[in-house]
Amino acid sequence: VSEATVEADLLTRLRAGDERAFEALVMRYHRTMLAVARRHVSTQAVAEEVVQEAWLGVLKGLDRFEGRSALGTWILRIVANIAKTRGVREARSVPYAALAGDDEPAVEPERFRGPNDQYPGGWWAFPEDWTRLPEQALLQRETLEVVTEAIEALPPLQRSVITMRDVQGCHAEDVCSVLEITDGNQRVLLHRARSRVRAALEAHLDDV
Amino acid sequence: MTCRQLVELVTDYFEDALTHEERDRFDAHLEVCPGCVHYLDQVRITMRLVRDADALEERPEVSALLEMFRDYKRM
Repeated sequence: VSEATVEADLLTRLRAGDERAFEALVMRYHRTMLAVARRHVSTQAVAEEVVQEAWLGVLKGLDRFEGRSALGTWILRIVANIAKTRGVREARSVPYAALAGDDEPAVEPERFRGPNDQYPGGWWAFPEDWTRLPEQALLQRETLEVVTEAIEALPPLQRSVITMRDVQGCHAEDVCSVLEITDGNQRVLLHRARSRVRAALEAHLDDV
Repeated sequence: MTCRQLVELVTDYFEDALTHEERDRFDAHLEVCPGCVHYLDQVRITMRLVRDADALEERPEVSALLEMFRDYKRM
């Protein structure tokens, strides 16, 4: 079943006032909405208020939604707009650098050989082959909690981007337009975010 | 291309944002370097687990929002 079919079905049921359809919508988008809100507001508590207000906006706007963008993108735009207004009112503009996180290497430099080595810039020791790990090791609760904690520890904008891309499955161009960042910034933020989560997973899996 | 350089290009590789030339050098490196093949697999598995981890999270917000939905319908 395609994403568009699922959305069309949800939309019909929502307009008919179907509570299960609304619940499905919450399950699908709420977490990503929170991550998007954090682009403009400085605390999780304010982000939660913004998202609450956005849900009301979604319900009020359902009849006007014409399907020119995907339902998810439309919802995330509503959140972004409310968060932006709220962020201005908070008058605490958060500098981009603080949101984005420092420029840091994907892998610790000590893992690679020095310039005078026979293989400069090569691995001292190869990363482990995770495709050989049993599926249970990857999917056990402890492993997934490491992932969740690593995402929560990310700078806000990295968290917004990885949530939109890898949890929600948004297209890069929708991420750029909702978060108001360039394509290049989007890729850098995604790169830093995935690199940090991978490093956290590696530290955990090497221990097991 | 060194291993140290390759790990910084992984996202651009997945996003198809490398030039043809860079992409060829990236692929050529993978041909001869099992360490970087493993690294790329690790990033792929990370992306999948990010999605799986979200499904595990509790949803304390759902009941309050359903309440809001019922109130809204009554208006």
